[in-house]
Amino acid sequence: MIEYLENIIIRTLCRFLIPFIQLFGLYVIAHGHGSPGGGFQGGCILAASFILILVTFDLAEAKRRFSEKLNNFFNSFGVFIYAWTGWMCLLLGGNYLDYGKLSQILPVDPVKARYFGIFSIEVGVGITVMAVMVSIFHDLITGGKHEEVSE
Amino acid sequence: MKILAFIATLMTGALLIYATVDFPDWGDPNSPASLHVSPRYIEKTIEETAVPNMVTALLADYRGYDTNFEETVILTAGISVIMLLRRPRK
Repeated sequence: MIEYLENIIIRTLCRFLIPFIQLFGLYVIAHGHGSPGGGFQGGCILAASFILILVTFDLAEAKRRFSEKLNNFFNSFGVFIYAWTGWMCLLLGGNYLDYGKLSQILPVDPVKARYFGIFSIEVGVGITVMAVMVSIFHDLITGGKHEEVSE
Repeated sequence: MKILAFIATLMTGALLIYATVDFPDWGDPNSPASLHVSPRYIEKTIEETAVPNMVTALLADYRGYDTNFEETVILTAGISVIMLLRRPRK
């Protein structure tokens, strides 16, 4: 499944398609407030684009676009963003994840600060979901060896 | 042993089904959750959080602690797969 597909139609089509899939994933994350969607859904769409790279090209190309080291970093970086947003509120004198207190460092009123707090944690959720999906897919598809398997 | 486990499962299931009889009906306007929890969120979401999507406001703000650990569960799942499956090349 991961061997190099010598099919110019599939490769050209995916080369065109992947940027739009990623753009749509970012849109779903960024517009989680106003429309259906959010971090979990947008992260899954972003992960789908990286999985499409792995399916249409080979493992080396997928690793070149999104390396294993970066993936491991993003795994925990999303949770870090989420928890750090909560800790910022704690340090500014509120409760954990009480985004209203962020108005002291953002140039907005407390109600609008909640809006940006929610946006920040959606980004964190999106990053973690994307990285974990890609990591699990890479592990399962290669049996954990992370090298090319032929039939 | 399997018979015992089967009987225990059956008894727990019967207990759970018996407990569901006391649940309020689906969409019952007089159930406790519909009386004060839902109207509070429906009326105050916009003026308290400025977020037009009520689901997101509930998920990320009113229930932010829950979502925090949902995300941690996803991270744990990823780390578990890495620990169980990934074998580094020599």
